[in-house]
Amino acid sequence: MDLSAINWLLLLASLMVASTPILLAAIGELVVEKAGVLNLGVEGMMITGAISGFAIAVETQSPLLGFVAAAIGGAVLALLFGFLTQVLLSNQVATGLALTLFGLGLSSLLGQSYIGIKPPLTGMIDIPFLADLPILGTIFFRHDLMVYISLLIVVAVWFLLKYTRIGLILRAVGENHDAAHALGYKVVRIRLMAIAFGGACAGLGGAYLSLIRVPQWTEGMTAGAGWIALAIVVFASWKPGRVILGAYLFGGVTVLQLNLQAAGLAIPVEYLSMSPYLITILVLVIMSADRSRTALNAPACLGRSFHASS
Amino acid sequence: MIRLEKRPAPSRLWTATTPLLAVLLTMIAGGLMFAMLGKPPFEAIRTIFWDPLFGEFAYYFRPQLLVKAGPLILIAIGLSLGFRAGIWNIGAEGQYIIGALVGGGLGLAVYPSDSIFLFPLMVIAGALGGFLWAMIPALLRTAFRTNEILVSLLLVYVAENLMASMALGLLRNPDGAGFPGSRNFQDYPAAFNEELIAGAGVHWGVVAAIIAVIFAYILLQRHMLGFQIKLTGQSPRAAVFGGVSPNRLIIFCLGVSGTLAGLAGLFEVTGPAGQITTDFNQGYGFTAIIVAFLGRLHPVGILLAGLLMALTYIGGDAAQLNLGLPSAAIQAFQGMLLFFLLGVDVLSNFRIRIGKGEVA
Repeated sequence: MDLSAINWLLLLASLMVASTPILLAAIGELVVEKAGVLNLGVEGMMITGAISGFAIAVETQSPLLGFVAAAIGGAVLALLFGFLTQVLLSNQVATGLALTLFGLGLSSLLGQSYIGIKPPLTGMIDIPFLADLPILGTIFFRHDLMVYISLLIVVAVWFLLKYTRIGLILRAVGENHDAAHALGYKVVRIRLMAIAFGGACAGLGGAYLSLIRVPQWTEGMTAGAGWIALAIVVFASWKPGRVILGAYLFGGVTVLQLNLQAAGLAIPVEYLSMSPYLITILVLVIMSADRSRTALNAPACLGRSFHASS
Repeated sequence: MIRLEKRPAPSRLWTATTPLLAVLLTMIAGGLMFAMLGKPPFEAIRTIFWDPLFGEFAYYFRPQLLVKAGPLILIAIGLSLGFRAGIWNIGAEGQYIIGALVGGGLGLAVYPSDSIFLFPLMVIAGALGGFLWAMIPALLRTAFRTNEILVSLLLVYVAENLMASMALGLLRNPDGAGFPGSRNFQDYPAAFNEELIAGAGVHWGVVAAIIAVIFAYILLQRHMLGFQIKLTGQSPRAAVFGGVSPNRLIIFCLGVSGTLAGLAGLFEVTGPAGQITTDFNQGYGFTAIIVAFLGRLHPVGILLAGLLMALTYIGGDAAQLNLGLPSAAIQAFQGMLLFFLLGVDVLSNFRIRIGKGEVA
């Protein structure tokens, strides 16, 4: 193996690109879970976003419209989940799984005529002055717009949850829906909005994969990214700042193993490819072993159905 | 104003009829989907649900029904025990792959053997492989409270990579001219899962599925453990006070579902699939989740649901051949079925009241 074949500067720069899809999906799911809803359909929403964004971007030749379509696609699918779990009061775990299975089928159905097509290029944004910095400029300041938007979304979520009334209401609904209901907040409506936001973010994350990271459409291209996003929310103990840390950690592992594959490490490719999943499991174990912390931070009503009369 | 009023106990009538209602709604929605794809909707539905059983080529399709239903039922029976107790093993696909790799690997390791004990030993190895793979989420859950949903699912991707590595490396056919994939079990009589009744599609996996249905029925109706599973699902706290050990239940439910999924994988790879390739798994582990819910987590229900789901697979193939319906359409169709099923479930748990009620 030739470690010097790895360009560490480019590796660090591609880290941000590799992390962005997971970051987007995870921050959306964090808001959903903060509202007390467990949506296991992230994978399904991501892949639906990936194909709807890809299709619209190819048809209109505008990546921007593609991302908008992906957000809408993800949100529509999420609202299907919302309608079932919030209005028809179905089991959240089962419905989330259904969303993933349905999303995978729907996306490969929609994507049939888009296999092997190149999407329109998304422009890079070199941030003036900062991009010219040695080393740091390449790593942080020469990316496409979505990388920065994803970080902005995380900051906005952090601010909203921590410092605003909306955030307080959202958290109240997630911690104790009966009390929030008694105070006059519309539990179901608030949860539906959170679910739609989560779906939109997952959709954006999926479109980032198909439009920028890969960039191509292949069936099942999310390959578990949605599930890793779910794990990252646990890893982050439901804190937005730590979602960045988690997503970049996993992005780092992914990029590193890809580079090791390219550098011809003496380990078979398949074993390197399974490393991100194994490390996700490992991190989950470490986080959950610390009982006091996870128990304190998980929203108290996570995964429980709300029915006003009960 | 439409209002939902919780029933004191789920309605028996609706519990039995909602799966049928869901199938009907899926046919309508699926028909619309096929129409949007530019295919004749009625013909498509008939090709999927009617022709394989009663059409011109039924003699070819009917045996396929049991071949596909066998693994689905076997896996779904195992999953249903956990689902009833709120233990979510959604990584059956991974346990299925590992069962096939371990069991199939044993057979390939001693090639060429003609011992009559070989196939039974492979079955045991396959079951053990699935069991051990399921023990990873089970033990992590009991020791560290790690979420078994995420761990079992993430292990599917690990298992898929292992499968690819085995098909390309260790288990690759030495006489295969470098092509990926293991020796074909069809040319290896001692390890081949042969058809027991010629032309009926019954192989050992189907027999195992029927035995599993019977055992699950007895377990749930007549055995203390079955009672504990049902009790834990309805009220985990009450179950703990009643002397149920949650950890033992987790290990039991994940262990049984892993074992059955491993068995399904072994029977499939040594029979219908024929060899270990980079993608011999067909997503049965995931479809079995739909089968378990469609069968209302009840053994007899799962038997029927497995047959119905097998029909959509076969009908999907037929529709692909005759109408050019994309294979992904069937996958979306199956997902839709689970959606409708969970949606109409509201009827068995709630009464729908129309009119003005108190402020809700």
